[in-house]
Amino acid sequence: MNILVCISKSPDTTSKIAFTDGNSKFDESGVQYIVNPYDEWYALVRALELKETLGGSVTIITVGGSSDEAVIRKALAIGADEAVRIDADPKDAYYTAIQIAEYAKSANFDLILTGKETINYNGSQVAGMIAEALSLPFVSLATKLDFSGSCFQLEREIVGGIEVVEVSGPVVVSCAKGMAEQRIPNMRGIMAARTKPLQIITAAGIEGQTLFVTYDLPPAKSACKMISPDNMDELVGLLHNEAKVI
Amino acid sequence: MTVLVYFKANLGLSKVATEIVTYAKKIGEQVIVLTNGEADANTLAQYGNYGASKVLWDADTNTTDNQVLSRLIGSIAEQEGAKTIIFTHDNIAKAVAPRLSVKLRAGLVSGAVDLPNSEGLVKVNVFSGKANGFVKVSTENKIITLLPNSIQPEVTSTNCPVEAIKTDSGESAIKVLTTKKPEGEIPLPEAEIVVSGGRGLKGPENWGIVENLAKALGAATACSRPVADIGWRPHHEHVGQTGVAIRPNLYIAAGISGAIQHLAGVNGSKVLVVINTDPEAPFFKAADYGVIGDVFEVLPRLTEAIEKFKASSN
Ligand SMILES: Cc1cc2nc3c(=O)[nH]c(=O)nc-3n(C[C@H](O)[C@H](O)[C@H](O)COP(=O)(O)OP(=O)(O)OC[C@H]3O[C@@H](n4cnc5c(N)ncnc54)[C@H](O)[C@@H]3O)c2cc1C
Repeated sequence: MNILVCISKSPDTTSKIAFTDGNSKFDESGVQYIVNPYDEWYALVRALELKETLGGSVTIITVGGSSDEAVIRKALAIGADEAVRIDADPKDAYYTAIQIAEYAKSANFDLILTGKETINYNGSQVAGMIAEALSLPFVSLATKLDFSGSCFQLEREIVGGIEVVEVSGPVVVSCAKGMAEQRIPNMRGIMAARTKPLQIITAAGIEGQTLFVTYDLPPAKSACKMISPDNMDELVGLLHNEAKVI
Repeated sequence: MTVLVYFKANLGLSKVATEIVTYAKKIGEQVIVLTNGEADANTLAQYGNYGASKVLWDADTNTTDNQVLSRLIGSIAEQEGAKTIIFTHDNIAKAVAPRLSVKLRAGLVSGAVDLPNSEGLVKVNVFSGKANGFVKVSTENKIITLLPNSIQPEVTSTNCPVEAIKTDSGESAIKVLTTKKPEGEIPLPEAEIVVSGGRGLKGPENWGIVENLAKALGAATACSRPVADIGWRPHHEHVGQTGVAIRPNLYIAAGISGAIQHLAGVNGSKVLVVINTDPEAPFFKAADYGVIGDVFEVLPRLTEAIEKFKASSN
C-alpha cells in the first residue's frame, strides 16, 4: 500500500501568540515549530502501522520553504520512507491543497492522509479540497482506519455520533484522535532520517482564494470573582443576574 | 444578492440553523434554504421567520455524504444564482464546504464568529482560539461556515413556502455500515452550557457528580485530555487544542488545572466558572468566577443550588 501523508508545521502548543507588521503577520521570533499534532500523532503513525502490516511505502509531503526541513526530518525520523517538499509559501488552504493534488496526480497512491486540522489555522479545509481536486471520495474526521479484503473500513465522527463506513481506494482521509498513539522517534530513526530521500518540487502557478489581512488578540480577562465554596446560592445568583447565562 | 443556506434537515427547528439563516439575511437580500433528508414541511416553513424567502427540500437525497452533497449544493447554487453559501461549522460542513470551494472556485472561510466587517473581512478564531484573524475572500463566489453560538437568531418575518425538489446527485462511493449515536445526549459543540471534569475527579466512578450538575443545568459534559486518554471518559468529550473546541455560554471546569492547551479549546466560552482546590491553578487567571474548594463537596452543593433556583423560577 502506497500512502501519502500531508504534513504541516505548526507553532509549539505553548508558543506565545503575537503579531508584527501592523498586526498582519504572525510573529515568529522565538517560536519553535513542531509537526502539527494531528498530522503526526494520528495520520503519520497510522500510515506507518498500515505499512508495517501490509507492506508498501509512506511518503510525506509539505508545501513550504526550506526552513520547514526540520519538521520534515522529524516526520522521517518517526518512520516515513521519503519526503516531498513543494517549494512555496502555503498562501491558503486552497493553494496548498491544489499543489498537493497536482503532485498526487502524477503518482499512484492508494491512500492520502491528513490531520483533521492544523492547530494554528484550524480550518479543516485541505483534505476535502484535495479530494475534490482529484475526484476522490473523502472520509473526514476518521477515528479508526483499517484495510482488509479490497477496501478500507473506517469510523468517523458525525454530528452527535460515530459512523462506520467502508470504501475502496484511492481515498482521502482526515485523521482525528483515536487513530493511533503518538510515537517518539528513537536515535536510529533520527540518524536514518538524515539520508532518506527528500524531493524538492517547483510549485504550480496558481492563486489562493483567501487572505488573512489582519489579526488581533482577544481582550484580557478582567479579574476572576471568587465565591466561597459554602455559598453556591451566591454563584447561582451571579450566573443568573450578572452573567445572565442561566 | 442571493445567499444560499444549507443544513441537513432534522425533525425539529434547529437552533444552529436559525443562526445561519439570520446570518445570511444580514448579508443578502434574498435567502434560500436548501435542506435534505427527513423533515416536517410545517417546521421547515418556520425558517421564513428568520429571513428565508423559500426552502428547497430534497427529501429523497437522505445522506450526509460529502461528494453527493457537494454536487447537490453546487447545482442548486448555480441554478439559483447564489454566489454566497452559508453553513454551520459542523462535521458535515467540514467535509462538504472544502469540496464546494474547489468545485465552485469559492473562497472558503471556515469557523467564522461574526458578520463580515465594513471592509468585508470575516473574523475567525485562529491559533486554537488564542487570537482572531480577519479573512478577505478574493473570489466572487464565497463560502462561510459559522461557529455555533456566534449570532443571536432573530425573527424578522413570517413563514415561507417550502418546495419539495427532486435532484440527481449521483451515488456515494462510501458505504455506511452502521451509525452509533448516544441517546439523549446534547452534542458538545452545540451545547449552551458545558460541565467539564479533569483529573481532579480522581476516577471514572466519580463522574456522577458531574453528570448530576449537567442534568440540573441541561448541559453537555466534557473532560480534559488526560481523562480521555486514560479512558475515564469517551474521546469525543475531550476538549482543548487537540480535542473539540467549544464556545458555550457557560463552561464549568471542575478539577481541571487550566493548562494552555486546555484553555485553547474553551476560551471562546462567554462565561468560565472554575472549581479547584489549588488557589494557584492557572485556570483562575482565565476564569470569570472561581471557587477554591473540593469538587466532591462543591459540585453537589452547586447542583442543589441550581435545582432550587430552577424550581423557584418555574
Ligand atoms: C501538544 C499537547 C496538546 C495538548 N492538548 C490538550 C487538550 O486538547 N486538552 C487538554 O485538556 N489538555 C491537553 N494537553 C494536556 C495539558 O497540557 C494538561 O496536561 C491537561 O489539560 C491537564 O489535565 P487536568 O487539568 O485534568 O489534570 P491536572 O493537570 O492533573 O490537574 C488536575 C487539577 O485538579 C485539581 N484537583 C485535584 N483534586 C481536586 C479536588 N478534589 N477538587 C478540586 N480540584 C482538584 C488540581 O489542583 C489540579 O489543578 C495537551 C498537551 C500537549 C503537550
